[in-house]
Order: sequence, then structure tokens, then C-alpha cells
Amino acid sequence: MTQGELPGPGPDARQLPEGRRNEDGIRIDPEAEAEHPPERTVLSALVKHEPGVLAEISGLFSRRQFNIESLTVGATIDDDLARMTIVIEEPRPGIDQAKKQLEKRIPVVSVRELDDEAVQRELVILKVNGDRPDEVNAITDMYDGTTLDAGPRTITVQITGDEQKIDDAVDAYEQFGIRELVRTGYAALARGEAPTAQVKQPNKAPTESQVATTEADDD
Amino acid sequence: MSERASVPKEDEQDAEAAGAEAEAETDAEPPADGEREQEPEATGADAVVRALENAGVEYLFGVQGGAIMPVYDALYRSDEMTHVTMAHEQGAAHAADAYGIVTGDPGVCMATSGPGATNLVTGLADASMDSDPLVALTGQVPTDFVGNDAFQETDTIGVTQPITKYNTFADDSDAVGTDVGTAWALANDGRQGPTLVDLPKDVTQGETDAEPGLPETPDTYQPPERAEPENVATAAEVLADADRPVILAGGGVIKAEASEELREFATEHEVPVITTMPGTGAFPETHDLSLEIAGMHGTGYANLAVSLTDCLLAVGTRFDDRLTGDVRTFAPDADVIHVDIDPAEISKNIEADYPLLGDAAAVLDQLAEAMPASPDTDEWLEQCQTWKEEYPMDYETPEDDPLKPQYVVEKYDELTPADTVVAAGVGQHQMWAWQYWTWTEPRTWVTSHGLGTMGYAVPAAIGAKLAAPDREVVAFDGDGSFLMTGQELTVAVRENLNITIVVLNNEAVGMVRQWQDGFYEGRRMASEYPWVPQFDKLAEAYGAQGLRIESYDEVEETIQEAREYDGPSVIDAVIDPAENVYPMVPSGGNNARFALNEDHLEQL
Ligand SMILES: Cc1ncc(C[n+]2csc(CCOP(=O)(O)OP(=O)(O)O)c2C)c(N)n1
Repeated sequence: MTQGELPGPGPDARQLPEGRRNEDGIRIDPEAEAEHPPERTVLSALVKHEPGVLAEISGLFSRRQFNIESLTVGATIDDDLARMTIVIEEPRPGIDQAKKQLEKRIPVVSVRELDDEAVQRELVILKVNGDRPDEVNAITDMYDGTTLDAGPRTITVQITGDEQKIDDAVDAYEQFGIRELVRTGYAALARGEAPTAQVKQPNKAPTESQVATTEADDD
Repeated sequence: MSERASVPKEDEQDAEAAGAEAEAETDAEPPADGEREQEPEATGADAVVRALENAGVEYLFGVQGGAIMPVYDALYRSDEMTHVTMAHEQGAAHAADAYGIVTGDPGVCMATSGPGATNLVTGLADASMDSDPLVALTGQVPTDFVGNDAFQETDTIGVTQPITKYNTFADDSDAVGTDVGTAWALANDGRQGPTLVDLPKDVTQGETDAEPGLPETPDTYQPPERAEPENVATAAEVLADADRPVILAGGGVIKAEASEELREFATEHEVPVITTMPGTGAFPETHDLSLEIAGMHGTGYANLAVSLTDCLLAVGTRFDDRLTGDVRTFAPDADVIHVDIDPAEISKNIEADYPLLGDAAAVLDQLAEAMPASPDTDEWLEQCQTWKEEYPMDYETPEDDPLKPQYVVEKYDELTPADTVVAAGVGQHQMWAWQYWTWTEPRTWVTSHGLGTMGYAVPAAIGAKLAAPDREVVAFDGDGSFLMTGQELTVAVRENLNITIVVLNNEAVGMVRQWQDGFYEGRRMASEYPWVPQFDKLAEAYGAQGLRIESYDEVEETIQEAREYDGPSVIDAVIDPAENVYPMVPSGGNNARFALNEDHLEQL
């Protein structure tokens, strides 16, 4: 007996399409194959300042397998809102998808991808052995750093800057023996008049309280 | 950003072993105020109930428990809503989910904290994958206990975050009614989905005179309604120029009540229509332009058309991998016009060349207006017709047993009206029901598409029947699926619901066995169930009518007996255990290279 056998020509006897897509579902132009190398980008999101939002956003990024470089969050001038700065490294379609998924969560008010012009800063605090204080101070000056604590055995300094500068500074301090360090991850704002993620946005109207706050700020 | 902190009250009594229950008693002390009337003050729980009434909720599906008791107590005083006690919270979630699918309005389910809430999880995940409107209300230990591993405490918000569209921890008796209204509105608006409100016992017990208003979505949530006119115009031109256009209708068409618009558009421009599994019923399969269903177990002609189209108008679909197979070979020659209300669906799996953001009904109307001309599809329709003749859906029906499951489905379909609601579990039986029922109306196919939840059918049939009491409801279930939630039969009996459950009994988790035979050289590890109960006898034990069919000549008569019975019936249909589901595109395969039998599988 046949087992649910249907009539019809087999797979090899069928017409097949000519085109092809890549793994991202993008049609491949045979002339210029679509390639999407990973890019590093900074997303700024304005979110409701509520319990659980950080967990919600970080959970979203991990379960959708977006590659997070850093994620920082802090208060804004509006008590109801917090700003998250998220640095991700993804191929372009992944960046677009990450933005859209982020935007879609209910506590997220708006999302913006910042360009290279944006002001981006990271802070590192590092603690080195204190036996060569003069040399440590010289390095700190060189990187426009600040000494936060100095004792006979340890010196603690802070440096702010972009990733490259901080990496270089860390290298420079290595000679003294770094006991501990902590980096904050990026905080960023769009440069000049360009807006960072804002309350007002085409698909997301401000709430009354937000409008009130904005007006109050203008006064 | 702070995570929720729990700060114990200073005067908190030693609550060591007391847990939620004892705490509740101390909280429930009547106010010492002698001037008060006998009438109890309104509580947060009353506000919850009022909010549901304001939303027009008719049915609630749930199971009682300590932390949700105040809400049930408030429900006791409501005569606008009917609570259906289910046997298991998973059943409550699926029943509410099915209720939402059939009515289009959010179904509501309730559970206590801890195990009650975790038992809802499968149903929430299911609703999330299928964008079904659903509101879950979960009890929670009193706020002061949260975070202390109190009796029956679970971080329900944390657990359900990835599987809800929105969830919130109610922390204020004055706001809890509004929280519930917001959850209801968000479940319903834009792309529908499940939402959850976690209700600590002190919040529902707390006094409040706050009156919840009508459900309202937060201002920050504004789904797109109409697509940008320029984008519509460009897409219309592309479609009008196409030689081999296809419309792919997903579940979004049904959710947006856009079936009528779809029918008009397709007929006007003579474009063939394929539905995804969740889109089943969006377009009548009896229509000349219908190529029926695409994907892993879709029809050969639909899969060929979708493979060779040069313009795919995809409406309300998320391009699930069961539909696309290998994305590299999915509609690779096509310009993709993607209509969706959720921007995040655009280019998630398949790049959209022409995204149209908006409500499916509105955008189809916009497109209809913008079409400069109809595409010339004569040749293409002829090609599709040839495929229909080359690859008809068929199966062999030997004279006597063993009975073919497809025959049972077809016969049932033949005997029932077009608006019959069909629920299904997950497995081969689901695929046969999908393939061999002739779908003509939206909101008639109620199953677990995205999550593939075995055990969905019985509770779904209950929810569907309550949603559509005047329509016939049949559930096709597998023996394995039935065993997972069959206890809900007790609810169907208690509520005297006229539903029929047809167990296509192959004494196996057949779909798994089919894959083992096809891809694991027949090593049937844990897939055969030679110990299933007699489902007709089991039904009788529950108080339902139990029937059994083993051969072709019993089929029609037995179905009629079930249909005529006043109450739930279970038909134990003993089917050919060797029957498999074809056509089949192996997981991650090329849709054009579907297998029609085992030999084809070997060629792939
Ligand atoms: C809750 C759950 N567990 C396991 C699976 C994996 N699974 C998919 S189909 C299937 C077989 C279903 O068996 P049955 O309900 O008897 O239906 P049949 O395939 O025999 O028609 C299984 C085990 C699932 N989908 N859901």
C-alpha cells in the first residue's frame, strides 16, 4: 500500500527559480553580491524610568542575539525618563532590526541611531600601585585624567574619552601594575543641534506630562 | 534605572512560615472606623473587575488560588461576566486565546501566583507567537514579600517578559484598575498580542475609590494606520507591472478584518492568493484564484507559485521558517511588497523591497486606489492551473481499514456548515486538518501555529465554543496532544458545550515518528505510544459521549451522532498508523523541491 502518496512529478522534474537570497533574506544581485560586514553603531533610547525596563531591554538584546558592546543607562532632566546608550556591533540589517525591536517595546519612548559625529564618552577608573607617584601623575596629565585617590600603596585615577584613548591610557598605566579597573561603557549625545533620541517622534506622540515638562524647560 | 526593591514595612509582623495566606488574613481585618457602613469599601480587586467590565469582557478563564483570591472575591459580586473554571491554567490560557481568535477581542485568563502563573506560560508564549489578543491576570504575593522567595512567589514579570507584548507589576490600589485597562487595550490595539498584569495581594485588597475608565493605550504607543501614499503608489506600479504576481495572506489579514478587502483586490486584479497557516480562511479556498496554503506542508502548487513569483504582495505575515523554508530560496525572483502593522517585521526574515506600514485593511484599500492598471496575469494563472492539475492534494482510500485520517477530515467538513470552527492540536493530525478541510471563512481555524503547542485543541475548542455558541465547533487532536490537556473535558461536560473532539489515533506522536522514519533511519525513539487509553471510554468517564470509528462505513454515521449529541463528544478514530503527511518540504529546505512521498525525500 502506498503511504499517503500524492501524484505529481518529482523534485528534479520541476522548474526552479533563478534568483537567490542571502541568509538575511536579501536578494542577491549577481553583479554585486550583497555583503554586510558588521558595523559598530551607537543607539540612544529614551525610556520610561520604571522598574524592570533595564531587564526588559537587555533581555531583548540577548534573546535576539544582538551583539552588545556596551549598555549604559541614567536619568535625564525629566524624572519620568531615562536615557540608554547602547553600542552594538552588527551587520546593517541587524542594526535596523535592533532599532525596530527596541522601539516596539512599550516603555521605550524613542530610539535614534547616532552617527560618527556624535559626542561619545566612556569613563574608566583605574587603580595602580603607588610606588612611582610622579610617573603616574605624568601619565594622568598626558591623558587629561584626574587623580581620585592617592596613598602610599595605591593611586586611583579617572580618564574619560573614546575607546581608543582609554585603551591607550590603560596600556600606559600597565607599567605600574594595574590592580583593578572599571569601565562604564559609552554615554553619547548627538553633536550640535542634531537631536538625540527625543520625546517627540512621528509614531510616538509625547504624553501630557512629557509635553508639560518640555514646555517648562523652555521657560 | 532601579530594579524593583522590596522594602519591608517596619511594623511587619514575623511572617516566617506564614506565607501569603496568613498575611492575607491580617490584611483583611475590617476597618476599625465605627462610622462606616456595613458595605465594604471598594478595593483594588473591585477596580480590576470594573476595568474588565468596562472593556466589555464577557468570559474569564481561570483557576483559583491564594494570591488571586481577592480578585475572585470581587468577581463574586459581578454579574456581567462569567468565570469558567478550568482544570489547569494552561487550559485557561488556551481557552482565552481561542476565544480571542474567534471573537477578535482579547480573551482573559486568570491564575494565582507562583505555579498558577507559571502554568500560564505556555499559553502566553503561544499567543505571543501568533499575535493573539490575550490578557492574563496573575495573583502575586503581597508587595512586601516580593523578592523574598515567599510561599508561591515567582517573578512573573521576569518570566513572562519575553513572551508578552506588555506586562506590568501593579503596585498601587488606586492605579490597578487603569493598569488592567491599559493591558486590555494594548492586547487589542495595533499588532495584537498577550499582555499581563501581576497583582500583589495587598494591592488588590487595598481600599480605593479610584474608578477605572475605559481601556486606553498609552500615548507612546501609536501603531501606524495608513501607509505613506508615495510608497503605496510605487508598490502599486511594481505590482501592476508584474508578470507572475502572488498575494501571500498571513494571519494579519484576519486580525485586521481585511478578508473582504483582500478578496476584492485579488478578484479585481486577478492575482492568485496563497495563505500562510495563520492566514488560513482569509481567502476562500473555493475561489478560482486560491492556491491554498504554502509552507512545509502546503500544497505543491502554492509552493511552486511562491518560488517562481516575480512579485510577492505579502500581507500581515512574519515569514516564519515553516513558511519560507531556506530563506535563500524563498521567492528569490520576487520584488517583495510587505504590508505590516509592525515595523519590526519589515525585513526581519525576508527583505522587503517595498514596505507598507499600516493596518492591512486600510493599506489594501490604499493599494486598490493606487493601482494604475491590473497586471497581465493570464499566462501565469494558466501556469498555476497546470500545477494544480499536476500536484493535486490526494491520498489513497483503500476499501476498508486502516482508516485514512484525511478521509475523516474531509467527511467532517462535508457534513458541516461553512462557518464551523475547527481547532487542532499539534502534529500530523493538525496538518491533515489544515490540508483537507476546505477553508472559506476567517476566524474558523484555531490552532497553535508559531509555538506548535501540543495540547492546544481541547481547551481551544472550549474557548471557541463560548466565543461562538451558535456555531459548530470540532477539534482534531492527536492521541499525544489529547493526553496533554484532555482533562479539560471536565469543563466541556460541566458547561455542557456542544463540541466534538476527534482524536486521530495512531498510537504515536506521529509527526515525530514521521521525521524519525524520514531523517533518523527509522529509529523510533520515544515516539510510539502502544499504551494509549481508549479515548471513547475515557470520555465516558468524564461524562462526555464516547464514540469510536475503525472503518470507512462508520465514519459518516458516527460524525452525525457526535454532532447531534447535546454536549461534548469524543470520537476515537483509529487511523492507519503508517500514514504520513505530504507534501513536505524538509526543515530549512527549498519550497520548490517538496516531497510527495518517501522516495522524493531521498532525492533531496
Ligand atoms: C508541548 C509539546 N511537546 C512536544 C512537541 C513536539 N512534537 C511536535 S509534533 C509531536 C507529535 C504529536 O503527536 P500527536 O498529538 O499524537 O499527533 P500526531 O502527530 O500523531 O497526529 C510532538 C511530540 C510539541 N510540539 N509540543
